[in-house]
Amino acid sequence: MSFDAAYQDQKLKSVGTRPLRPDGVDKVTGRARYGADFNMPGQLVARILRSPHAHARIKSIDTNRAEAVKGVKAIITAADLPDLTNGDAGTYAILDNCMAREKAMYDGHAVAAVAAIDEHAARKALKFIEVEYEVLPHVTDVDAAMEDDAPLVKDDVFTTGVEPAPTKPSNIANRAEFGHGDVEKGFGAADVIVERSYKTEQTHQGYIEPHACVANCNSDGSAELWVCTQGHFVYRQNCADLLGLEVSKLRVTSSEIGGGFGGKTHVWAEPVALALSRKAGRPVKLVMSREEVFRASGPTSATSIDVRIGATKDGKITAAEATLRYASGPYADMWAELGAMTSFACYDLENVKTVGLEILVNRPKTTAYRAPSAPMAAFAVESAIDELAHKIDMDAVDFRIKNAASEGTKSSYGPVYGPIGIGPTLRAAKEHPHMSAPLGKNQGRGMACGFWFNFGGQTCTDLNVNADGTVTLAVGTVDVGGSRASLSLIAAEELGIEYQDIKAVIADTATLGYNDMTDGSRGTFSTSMATISAARNAITVMRERAALTWDIPVEDVYWEDGHAHAAGAKHDNRAPLSVKELAAEAGNTGGPIAGHSELVADGAGVSFATHICDIEVDPETGSSRVVRYTVIQDAGKAVHPSYVEGQYQGGAAQGIGWALNEEYIYGEDGRLQNPGFLDYRIPVCSDLPMIDTQILEIPNPNHPYGVRGVGETSIVPPLAAIANAVSNAVGVRMAHIPISPPRILAALTDAADG
Amino acid sequence: MRYERPQTIQDATALLAGAEAKSYVLAGGTDLLVRMQSDDFEADLIVDIKAIAGMDQITEVEDGFVIGAGVPCAALAENAALVAAWPGVVEAANLIGSTQIQGRCTVVGNLCNASPAADSVPALVASNARVRIAGPSGQREVDILDVPVSPGKTSLKKGEFIEAVVLPKGAAHLGDAYLRFIPRTEMDIAVVGVGVHLALDDAGAISSARVALGAVGPKVVLSQEAADTLVGTKLEDAALEALATACSDASNPIDDKRGTVAFRKQVAGVLARRAAQTAYTRAGGK
Ligand SMILES: Cc1cc2nc3c(=O)[nH]c(=O)nc-3n(C[C@H](O)[C@H](O)[C@H](O)COP(=O)(O)OP(=O)(O)OC[C@H]3O[C@@H](n4cnc5c(N)ncnc54)[C@H](O)[C@@H]3O)c2cc1C
Repeated sequence: MSFDAAYQDQKLKSVGTRPLRPDGVDKVTGRARYGADFNMPGQLVARILRSPHAHARIKSIDTNRAEAVKGVKAIITAADLPDLTNGDAGTYAILDNCMAREKAMYDGHAVAAVAAIDEHAARKALKFIEVEYEVLPHVTDVDAAMEDDAPLVKDDVFTTGVEPAPTKPSNIANRAEFGHGDVEKGFGAADVIVERSYKTEQTHQGYIEPHACVANCNSDGSAELWVCTQGHFVYRQNCADLLGLEVSKLRVTSSEIGGGFGGKTHVWAEPVALALSRKAGRPVKLVMSREEVFRASGPTSATSIDVRIGATKDGKITAAEATLRYASGPYADMWAELGAMTSFACYDLENVKTVGLEILVNRPKTTAYRAPSAPMAAFAVESAIDELAHKIDMDAVDFRIKNAASEGTKSSYGPVYGPIGIGPTLRAAKEHPHMSAPLGKNQGRGMACGFWFNFGGQTCTDLNVNADGTVTLAVGTVDVGGSRASLSLIAAEELGIEYQDIKAVIADTATLGYNDMTDGSRGTFSTSMATISAARNAITVMRERAALTWDIPVEDVYWEDGHAHAAGAKHDNRAPLSVKELAAEAGNTGGPIAGHSELVADGAGVSFATHICDIEVDPETGSSRVVRYTVIQDAGKAVHPSYVEGQYQGGAAQGIGWALNEEYIYGEDGRLQNPGFLDYRIPVCSDLPMIDTQILEIPNPNHPYGVRGVGETSIVPPLAAIANAVSNAVGVRMAHIPISPPRILAALTDAADG
Repeated sequence: MRYERPQTIQDATALLAGAEAKSYVLAGGTDLLVRMQSDDFEADLIVDIKAIAGMDQITEVEDGFVIGAGVPCAALAENAALVAAWPGVVEAANLIGSTQIQGRCTVVGNLCNASPAADSVPALVASNARVRIAGPSGQREVDILDVPVSPGKTSLKKGEFIEAVVLPKGAAHLGDAYLRFIPRTEMDIAVVGVGVHLALDDAGAISSARVALGAVGPKVVLSQEAADTLVGTKLEDAALEALATACSDASNPIDDKRGTVAFRKQVAGVLARRAAQTAYTRAGGK
């Protein structure tokens, strides 16, 4: 059925209200079932043996002694996960990362796994697996990896995206370039140029729930997986590919999710659990420890970025350029490319050029982290923009307003923008009382902007009207941030019934068509579109049922306020039929009432935010404290404003941690020094002020209600906003994130020493 | 692994003395239980001392306070006499972890875990506390400074455990304070910690001082040089500067994931200055 996604300005009744989320009570009472809460009779416990070396050839693995341990039911190595990838490099990278094949590529890389009757036996067996390694030279730093004499992470990687193609392998996996105009000409026209290099350290999403699953392979070749994931359909595909299963034979059910932020878009140990179950013939439960999560899931890139921006004295940017190096772990992806695309997306630039270089290092595979790659690029660019504003003695907000992109701007990464929110968020920042509040002693204020693309993608949704007139909404996008509440509001709006009469559930992979995963801020955007479409299809069915009941042509039945109405006096002003009445009679009018929808949600609508931050620094210790923080972001339309605010605050909180304290610390030996929350410091509650939010609503023309994704953009500006605030507080430009107390104190001492 | 909960000191020491392989005393468990989760942890006996009579008592005696080894840190803050006499020790103990942790953890556990970063230890060393050790051959008392030896190691012998901490009581004009540096606001581990204890004469000049530093060496450092900078002064700026320099010099830290050598040395001086000012005010100095 065709579906018109165009925005229509209309008065909304349910959308925009703030009811309690349906999953809330279960979560606060501890009843919600997360990944590790699922159990099966006879299940085994799985444990993974991990490489202690950053880079090592695996010469042999002897599992004989371990197999003899009482209670051990299966041990697997890479040999039990044969290469079925048929030359598909992406799938091969997933396979190799799940279980090292020829080489261990990083400290923590899985080399073998055990399934045993209990934890004790599994632990013991791990100690008896004998792995013979040939330790190889390693490199963990992004800049060091680019040096000519750096150890090669892989000897068969030749930089792509350069002409002529190199003949020597290197750690630079690919090069991507974006931009337009002539930057050298632009710099020629500049009165002032700022040029600086920046570094950001690797961070982890820090979700509180570790990866967990129960895998069960049956003897008939079918299999089930219960798992904590952001996308069970994607997990199904990945696992089926790696294990050689038909997709329909693997049924994946997603649990509640204790945070993902991109880290649960990817399989890590799930194929291992399935392979163990297949070998042992019993269900297998695998729960990663926190240490394993840090060492062997998918943190974000460490980066090294050079930025050069030129402007005229009156505040017009004439040219902007950036070279961005993103570490991607041992497997190349598109992290640098995304950084290069997002760098200057906030601005209307005549001459702009960005180059992204994807760098291989002996660290865990980089995966998505909330607006992946954008925060680091924004840190570098927004720091330089701030410095430039100071240099030409212009207010930092005014300078940005003057150069902001708007509808019709050709973006730095190519597309021409429709209606966008960068200008409005900047103007709102200028008006915001935070911007003019007085600062105390040792305090500094910073602000910064951020951009994210947003994504739409494939969605399939079922809406079933039950016999009592309540509605079950089955969706296939995992609810990571309250989307069941938002989707219920949307269904209530379309059908004209109460929010309480709708129950949204996340269906498993066997009961619904394919859905992309919850990433790219797509959950509510795309699934609300499918929900609207499904609800309208159900309304069509209900109009037909009313027409049948009344014995009048369906064209004469219209839907309003949750009722079928017969049009006009010619049908004797019949009393309208409610959803409940229609549902009660469904068995006599053609059977169950349902609406379905399958669509590709296009036109996600780019997203912009501006953040303001005040920081107090103790100049004697380098200790810093965020004293005030404000997020202003365009939501298109806030379906459930509380959960939109939650997304704004959550992104800011994660960004604050990233900016001030979080970092992967590697020793000379290439081992991760801080795989735990004691020394990998995410903010605790008392570290943060109440984060103030302001929602702007600039409708997305490609969504019936104007919705845009809101989940990711909020983590883009904080790194830069905080760096700018600290730099303003201490009078020294902080160009290395995290801006931890030792770094602040060292910078102040250096400055004092001249 | 065996878990025992003896009722008497004799039973506890006998259990510990008789253990064949590795054994552990269990107090609040906020260190031990975390370590037990590790794959490398091995023990064949855990002796929980909390059921032994007196372990949960704080007793005020004529010349001091006797704090049982099972007293949780939160209870120290509820004892008004102790808070009045040793505010610095109490504040150090109540910087440990969070409210939940403080409801369980003990200062003796903090001491015997033998982390150089233990928060209550510099404050206790500055206060000149002693510990009562029970062993198979009876009781002995030692300076608290002599308990930790190096990271993770104490001077306790097989079969011994600490039954109490003894804090002295002095004349008038005493004050103590403890400050630590952590990158966060709580749930963190000291990068530097400084405990200062001062006694003033009737004229307000410092008559004696003890300055102890944490997390700047393999074990807590009691610095005589730092103390010497204060004695005879009224904490004038020059004295504070000299104290800061002495504390930086007395620090012998390492570069690690928690901080650099330069950072720790510098901050040791800053915190010593600030702690000395608080201790001085508490002692009645102006
Ligand atoms: C979340 C968290 C936060 C923390 N934050 C801090 C902090 O901010 N600062 C800090 O210093 N520490 C911190 N810690 C560490 C810990 O809480 C403290 O060291 C605490 O004081 C330990 O006391 P306990 O009674 O729990 O010791 P336990 O865990 O019971 O024992 C610790 C060690 O001492 C031994 N032991 C205990 N009692 C005796 C005894 N009577 N005689 C001989 N040996 C004994 C045990 O065998 C064990 O080896 C934190 C821990 C956690 C889990």
